[in-house]
Amino acid sequence: MNGASIIMHAIVTVIGQDRVGIIAGICVALAGINVNVLDISQTILGGMFTMVMLVDIKEASVPFGEISKVLDAEGERLGMTIRIQREDIFNAMHRI
Amino acid sequence: MIDRKEIFETQHMIDREHLDIRTITMGISLRDCADGDYKRATQKIYDKITRCAERLVPVGEEIEREMGIPIVNKRISVTPMALVADASDTEDTVPYALAMDRAAKECGVNFIGGFSALVQKGFTRGDMRLIRSIPEALALTQFVCSSINVASTRAGINMDAVRLMGEIIKATAERTADQDGLGCAKLVVFCNAVEDNPFMAGAFHGVGEAECVINVGVSGPGVVCHALKDVKGQPIDVVAETVKKTAFKVTRMGQLIAREASTRLNVPFGIVDLSLAPTPAQGDSVARILEEMGLERCGTHGTTAALALLNDAVKKGGVMASSQVGGLSGAFIPVSEDEGMIAAAQAGTLTIDKLEAMTCVCSVGLDMIAVPGDTPAETLSAIIADEAAIGMINNKTTAVRIIPAPGKQVGDLVEMGGLLGTAPVMAVHTESSADFIHRGGRIPAPLNALRN
Repeated sequence: MNGASIIMHAIVTVIGQDRVGIIAGICVALAGINVNVLDISQTILGGMFTMVMLVDIKEASVPFGEISKVLDAEGERLGMTIRIQREDIFNAMHRI
Repeated sequence: MIDRKEIFETQHMIDREHLDIRTITMGISLRDCADGDYKRATQKIYDKITRCAERLVPVGEEIEREMGIPIVNKRISVTPMALVADASDTEDTVPYALAMDRAAKECGVNFIGGFSALVQKGFTRGDMRLIRSIPEALALTQFVCSSINVASTRAGINMDAVRLMGEIIKATAERTADQDGLGCAKLVVFCNAVEDNPFMAGAFHGVGEAECVINVGVSGPGVVCHALKDVKGQPIDVVAETVKKTAFKVTRMGQLIAREASTRLNVPFGIVDLSLAPTPAQGDSVARILEEMGLERCGTHGTTAALALLNDAVKKGGVMASSQVGGLSGAFIPVSEDEGMIAAAQAGTLTIDKLEAMTCVCSVGLDMIAVPGDTPAETLSAIIADEAAIGMINNKTTAVRIIPAPGKQVGDLVEMGGLLGTAPVMAVHTESSADFIHRGGRIPAPLNALRN
């Protein structure tokens, strides 16, 4: 980030087949780059695991693009689709 | 925290319904680049564009990554080049186009607009020089787009310019005959051109604009079409409400991206253009929205009414979502860039005459239409005159971007490539308009120009 705008929160979404250690794996990966998890909501529908995490990336040790790469690698390892997007895009679309 | 359903709705729109930001366009004033010596002028132009837009593409890509929404195009618009080149000591304006092209390449943008002149009431010598150099300029450059404003509600229609542009379009097609007349896809003839349009090929940075601004164009036909599938069979006012709500969401994306880009580039935010801009991809078509409303095929009876509703509802939804709305803002109907329009034209349902009627209620005009290569220049001019008249009388922007594809006949296909798509060659009337066009002169400003 170039520091031009003050942004802090991002949304991590995780989708895929349920298995042991998904939350653990992702949280460890995020902790490794100093990203703080603020909220987790998770359900399983017909064996499909879906999770939404609100994270704080203010103190992250790497830039946004790198956080995304770390999550991609973790997603690959777990066989899940993991995506991180800034919270702003959802607020813009769904909140007036 | 944002609701899970809302998060997945947004992601679904991006992944499945082609929601994207169509363009971030940086408008740059080149008025301070005029110079009697054309070599100095073109150097100043290159230097200024590359200085202002140096970070445009990397910043656009950075925002794309962080927001998770594609920003399809990063582009530049500049002061109408005829104004900058007016002081030039050369008869040839092509070097100015080459300087724009080099700068665009250096910045990594995919189009630069503003090889333009505003001649609705008359020509300066510089205007005339620029217009005459268009065929050569568009053949020798890759990224440069050209637009000429030949009419306005306040000034009437410059019929000399209309006649000239018919000839220039023919010459441009012939000069780029090896690419099926591709040069014409980068040339727009306007009535009531707007100064802050971020969309190509008609973008230029108007004289009333600031030094440098960021304008954003949104998209989203696929999202609107998908939303309408959920209200099948319901009354038409429900359709209007649904389009409004969807346009609101789409435009909020544009507003967010525009603000973000403006902050990061330290350039003022200009406008968000609320246009529904289709692409040739499946599921990203304006024609399919009209069909979703209940028309068997776009172009049949009822199409103009459906388009009027769509165009109006898009504006109503979008206007509340953005603090500054501008540009063309409405529904685009470029034939070659819209999979449903292509299909309708190939089926013979969508004709040029029907498209002309549709342009009375859509945001622009006859856009990306291929016609037979042997269409006379006077017929092209007459098509331009008709469009300009619609714009002039109705206080709206209209435009013609037409490709008389060399060697092609009705029913042939013209491959433009990429976002420009595929244009089926459409029939024009064969009866002559030549005597009308050769009269020249000006169609006086209409009564509704006298508003003071």
